[in-house]
Amino acid sequence: MAFNVANIRKDFPIFERTIRDGKKLVYLDSGATSQKPLAVIDAESDFYKFHNAAVHRGAHQLAEEATDAYEGARLKVANFIGAREEQIVFTKGATESLNLVAYAMGNAEPGTRFALTSKDKIVVTEMEHHANLIPWQQLAARTGAQLSWFEVTPDGRLDLTDINSVITENTKVVALTHQSNVLGTIVPLEAIVARAHAVGAVVVLDACQSAPHMPIDVKELGVDFLVFSGHKALGPTGVGVLWSSVLEDLPPFLYGGSMIETVTMTKATWAPAPRKFEAGVPNMAQAVGLGAAIDYLTALGMSSVHNHEVALTKYLIEKLSQIPDLKIVGPTNIDSRGGTVSFTVGEIHPHDLGQYVDSQGVAVRTGHHCAWPLTRKLGVPATTRASLYLYNDESDCDALFDAILGAQKYFA
Amino acid sequence: MELDSLYQEVILDHYKHPLNKGLSATYGAQVHHVNPSCGDEVTLNVTAEDGVIKSITWDGVGCSISQASVSIASDLLVNKSFAEADAILDEFTELMHSKGTKQGNPDVLEDAVALAGVSKFPARIKCALLGWMAFKDAAVRIKTTTGGE
Repeated sequence: MAFNVANIRKDFPIFERTIRDGKKLVYLDSGATSQKPLAVIDAESDFYKFHNAAVHRGAHQLAEEATDAYEGARLKVANFIGAREEQIVFTKGATESLNLVAYAMGNAEPGTRFALTSKDKIVVTEMEHHANLIPWQQLAARTGAQLSWFEVTPDGRLDLTDINSVITENTKVVALTHQSNVLGTIVPLEAIVARAHAVGAVVVLDACQSAPHMPIDVKELGVDFLVFSGHKALGPTGVGVLWSSVLEDLPPFLYGGSMIETVTMTKATWAPAPRKFEAGVPNMAQAVGLGAAIDYLTALGMSSVHNHEVALTKYLIEKLSQIPDLKIVGPTNIDSRGGTVSFTVGEIHPHDLGQYVDSQGVAVRTGHHCAWPLTRKLGVPATTRASLYLYNDESDCDALFDAILGAQKYFA
Repeated sequence: MELDSLYQEVILDHYKHPLNKGLSATYGAQVHHVNPSCGDEVTLNVTAEDGVIKSITWDGVGCSISQASVSIASDLLVNKSFAEADAILDEFTELMHSKGTKQGNPDVLEDAVALAGVSKFPARIKCALLGWMAFKDAAVRIKTTTGGE
């Protein structure tokens, strides 16, 4: 069956509303957060209406149903990325997932696998979202470890020329994005993973911009940790995913109820993963909502979603390239890039451009996109970003095109 | 169009032909303010003499609203006493938070009344206030070091 955007849009109640005095909503900001299909909204709501109870506690039917729903969502997430259930930790978001890994490493006993000292190195890249930069900056500051990074080339790719001097024998962690949230660049993981593992480092992959848009198999990627957020993948806010194949070696981050095995007044031991990392009553309804989102994505097929977005990205880039003074910041071909396209338009500041296109019903993101070191490196104070998803089609790209031309007239 | 209330001609004029842009060699206080949500930046040099603001020069990058607003402020607040400047700043801040219910008093705010439309666009209020908050900071520093003299 052909990928039918018109039918897909009917599943998303928000597309029934209009924007700025009756204009069609052209939503091109899914890189920030995706819209939600009714199935997800209903799943979250039904959890509260019919099954609400604290999971993993209580000897009653509601507790059983809630636990089944929550653990069922974990299984869906595991299947979605080719993982095993016990390797999936629910967090409140990808930012928490990344902080969890960094803080847990900071909690490691001296001499154990993840313990960092001033002799060790943490490697990131210049194209990281702040959420995958600052936790590592801070871990380096707390442990005395050295932070180094891969640079970005002017065309928005990672510069791997000096891979062996960036990832050295002392490197313990390599944390990087799978797909840049600003440039759309998909990073060449294979070479990085191979080098990292050759020196005994673990690879932490930020898949926020990739997991919602393409098939992911953690075994094929070969990384050690992978995180993504629920809300960028049609799911609710307040739920994120941490996957890892090495959870057993990682000490806990948050302590409290649910994450223990035994407790006395002076000490405690930990439950096996993933429970060890889920202290407190989790965001249950949100996890269940994410499960429904994954059902929705799986029914469409991630390969179909990806193919649709690749074709649409090609169309968008071709369309934008026709606009005089418009400069795409990032790869201008569709090789190894996703449906996130950042650009500048002559002297029009992105805020002003964003405001104008909004007046035409077109929602884009403007600014440095929580990747300030990257925009600084590329020599632009800010950009405008259009990010595509499964509910977008060529008419959305055309609407953006027309709105940019309108802005050029308005600010001429 | 609603947008025209935001982008008044006066604002676009100040944006394209900013006043007092280019930092003075000397100053009583220099401040640098940023808007971390969008990366807009302004550096402001303020000089005062006998409790009166003698010069405001600035440099910065940002959207038309932030740059026009600092241009307007740099013109409006010069030759005012600190007390007068504070009163104008209070009136401007109140206008920005008025959610489109106030026009602003042109006798006090002059060109700055053109920014009244900003108050209807919550995401842009910070843009309009960037230069003014930088001025407030600079004024406090001068008053602290000189006792307002």
